[in-house]
Amino acid sequence: MKLPTKEKWLWLVPLIAVLLLWEFTAGYVIKNPLMLPRFSAVIFSIYALRNVLIADTLISLLHFGIGLALAFAAAIPLAIGMGWSRNIFKAIDPIIEILRPIPPLAWIPIAMIWFHLTHYAAGFIIFIGAFFPILIDSYTGFRDVPKVLVETGKVLGCISDKKQIKYIAFPYALPSIATGTRVGMGVGWMCVVAAEMFGVSDSGLGYRLFQKFYFLHQMDYVVAYMLVLGLVALCLDRLFRHFVEDKLFKWKKGIVK
Amino acid sequence: MNHKLEIRNLTKMFSTEEGEMAALEDISIEVTPAEFLCIIGPSGCGKTTLLRMVAGLDHPSSGKIILDGKEVKRPSPDRGMVFQEFSLFPWRTVLKNVEFGLEIKGVGDKARREIAEKYIELVGLQGFENHYPYELSGGMKQRVAIARALATEPAILLMDEPFGSVDAQTRNILQEELLRIWKRTEKTILFVTHSVDEAVYLADRVAVMSSRPGCLVKCLDIDIPRPRKRTSVEVNEFREKLLMLLSLERSKACISV
Ligand SMILES: Nc1ncnc2c1ncn2[C@@H]1O[C@H](COP(=O)(O)OP(=O)(O)OP(=O)(O)O)[C@@H](O)[C@H]1O
Ligand SMILES: [Mg+2]
Repeated sequence: MKLPTKEKWLWLVPLIAVLLLWEFTAGYVIKNPLMLPRFSAVIFSIYALRNVLIADTLISLLHFGIGLALAFAAAIPLAIGMGWSRNIFKAIDPIIEILRPIPPLAWIPIAMIWFHLTHYAAGFIIFIGAFFPILIDSYTGFRDVPKVLVETGKVLGCISDKKQIKYIAFPYALPSIATGTRVGMGVGWMCVVAAEMFGVSDSGLGYRLFQKFYFLHQMDYVVAYMLVLGLVALCLDRLFRHFVEDKLFKWKKGIVK
Repeated sequence: MNHKLEIRNLTKMFSTEEGEMAALEDISIEVTPAEFLCIIGPSGCGKTTLLRMVAGLDHPSSGKIILDGKEVKRPSPDRGMVFQEFSLFPWRTVLKNVEFGLEIKGVGDKARREIAEKYIELVGLQGFENHYPYELSGGMKQRVAIARALATEPAILLMDEPFGSVDAQTRNILQEELLRIWKRTEKTILFVTHSVDEAVYLADRVAVMSSRPGCLVKCLDIDIPRPRKRTSVEVNEFREKLLMLLSLERSKACISV
């Protein structure tokens, strides 16, 4: 996508406007840093907290990575089975549908008892959050492979299920897997914060935000951490789109747009 | 015995909600090597079903299909198929689509590329090797499908109304190209169509089918020397004969309904 330079920078205008409005409202209307710290104060806090901030971000990314990797590793084989075989789908779907509506946070007590205060406890909550979006989108991809493509494959020598999955179903389902992963990453990141906040961890962005700064009512620090949470998620999403969606799915263009 | 393909007393039943329905009844036909056989019949008479069974994608309820002295049991790259609907793998470029069958066979990178290039040239698509299917017109897509079916060097080429969804002019061009390819490669071709013009222009022999249940009404030798002129007197005579046969079938079908 090539936009003219003018359009490319369009997003900056409202962003700056909102920041100015925030600064002004906090400084001259509300005048109470506990209710709403000024933007400049928050930026200063980010700078002041830089060492612990980086450490906390890395810890949170570790939790996120553990959870996402596990979710991916568990969801993909299951999605292949459920999407490819009607019988596996029928057998497993009820279990999935019972577990899926349980909010990831409801698993916190179990996570604590199973994993105690390790990185795996937080990782587990993220796993629960990311697993279902990845699974659902992926098996839909495998399920919807057009029959004519599978038969074309058969006629060209893909006789075994293994070959049909590898050469036809998997490439066809990849965009759905990517969509599911992207949604799963979003949910997973929300779970990072929540999991750490509610004490499944003794470090990380969520832990510090809630257990330390909020506890002391240091609202400029709290908002600083909130901003970082948003920015990290934004970066993760952009990286994913850049490396996965734009590169891998040139062929999808004709179908989507 | 000098038959490439022998279809013996082929019957196909489909079980539907209203019970068993005969789609094909007692079809027997012999095809000689390098013959161009067109199968013509009204919509729903079982042309696709017949071709699918020769390809090994469906199993006969009774009867036999014998190719080169061996009974057909399942799909194999020695029978190339071009489907009625578009069947290119959308995630593969033209080159990769044509290479597909060779890749499955385990042909090495370089040899694969050489063979694919040869067939891409044969269908007149050089320069489009790295295009994705969404960048191609309908006629070009079918050309790729033909090149892909030819690349594994099948003993016989099965074509199911391959030009059904392109405009009349492109259709004429594709027909000429197909004849050229047929002469160059000396393939045996089974070509399904419901266009009388197409059948008379292409075929050595036309098999006329009736509908419900589909059976063979008559085989007609088209002994007009090539290149044929679409508007010549002989061509018109055959056209009339075929049209008569078909309308006779239609009126019979109407009476029996
Ligand atoms: N899988 C199936 N189950 C039940 N009935 C089927 C099945 N496939 C085809 N039929 C029936 O068999 C008959 C022949 O279908 P077929 O697709 O072979 O027709 P066709 O001659 O190719 O028609 P067209 O020219 O429209 O492509 C039709 O009446 C169709 O309803
Ligand atoms: Mg058909």
